[in-house]
Amino acid sequence: MYNARPVIIGLAVFIGLTTFPIWRALEKAAPAPEPELDTPAIQQMPEKLCVEATPTMRARHMQLLGDWRAGVVRDGRTVYAGQAGKKYEMSLQKTCLKCHANKDKFCDQCHDYAGVQPDCWTCHIAPGENKP
Amino acid sequence: MKISRRSFLKMGGTFALGFTALPGLKAFAASGLLKASPDPKALAGKKWAMAINMKVCREKGPEGCKECVVACHQVHNVPDIGNPKEEVKWIWKEPFANAFPGQEHEYLEETVKGQPFLVLCNHCDNPPCVRVCPTQATFKRKDGIVVMDDHRCIGCRFCMAACPFGARSFNFRDPRPYIPKLNREFPTREKGVVEKCNFCVERLAAGLSPACVEACRHGALVFGDLEDPNAGIRDVLSSRFTIRRKPELGTRPKVYYVV
Repeated sequence: MYNARPVIIGLAVFIGLTTFPIWRALEKAAPAPEPELDTPAIQQMPEKLCVEATPTMRARHMQLLGDWRAGVVRDGRTVYAGQAGKKYEMSLQKTCLKCHANKDKFCDQCHDYAGVQPDCWTCHIAPGENKP
Repeated sequence: MKISRRSFLKMGGTFALGFTALPGLKAFAASGLLKASPDPKALAGKKWAMAINMKVCREKGPEGCKECVVACHQVHNVPDIGNPKEEVKWIWKEPFANAFPGQEHEYLEETVKGQPFLVLCNHCDNPPCVRVCPTQATFKRKDGIVVMDDHRCIGCRFCMAACPFGARSFNFRDPRPYIPKLNREFPTREKGVVEKCNFCVERLAAGLSPACVEACRHGALVFGDLEDPNAGIRDVLSSRFTIRRKPELGTRPKVYYVV
């Protein structure tokens, strides 16, 4: 290989510079959030069950909420048969947030971490918000 | 075993079809809508309509009675902005001449002339607002109720231009600070969307009658299914002379008035 030394040094510098944002972010990555389940409503439940199993909810809650929205608003279907055959009213305000009353520690933490900004709360009322 | 080229291709084709259909089937099975059903308590109807007996409203209700309006606006988080240009309303009172333009003349009986008439979205059978909506945010349900899906509303206001009854209001600003008492069971709207009466679909789904009907202590408002011959509203329509607002426009309103 001709001019091995400058070529290799040059390559190393190039790779270092182009990957700078990646290893820089690795170094001070924010700790992964742990959504908090400590609300009075959840504490009182004999068996702590959500609408679907936790892994499903974690991965697919946005699809589920989207389906609920379409089902309720456009189809008039308001009852959801969740895990263990339990029936739930399909409502963000009346079902989800009754248990997960700690929106800032449950929803917002992860959404901030993932950099997503769902615009649910411009209309739907979070617990404790706008206390009249 | 010997396979002919023909049967080999057939089998291959079948497998390929199976593999391509699988993800689609999986997605379909995962869709939450398969597990969703209407509430068994829900009031079912084929053609919901309302009859407003203005005679009862005038004679039995106290002067300036607004109980139905207050009940509706409280349940649905309708803001009270105070500025008539930015007013948001679902059900309100309008002078006779405005509610029934062309019907007024100077010798009209005093009980009707200039009197306030209760008006709301007519949930037209042939709704012009639905036809013009570019995102299908407003649509007619199978039971005849014309509703807004504010998730889809882009605030273009075509529906407001199309509605001949002025039944739709636009949110020029965030309505939250103007809601006197928040109902936490129902969402508010946000800046830039249109809203209107929804014939209390959320209450019908839970087996309750509309908030305005429930609030009227004199029974001036009758809500029912036009397709049900035994419904109370059919009694009213067959025993009294009723009129509708602007029937000449062909929108076929489903709010009837006993004048």
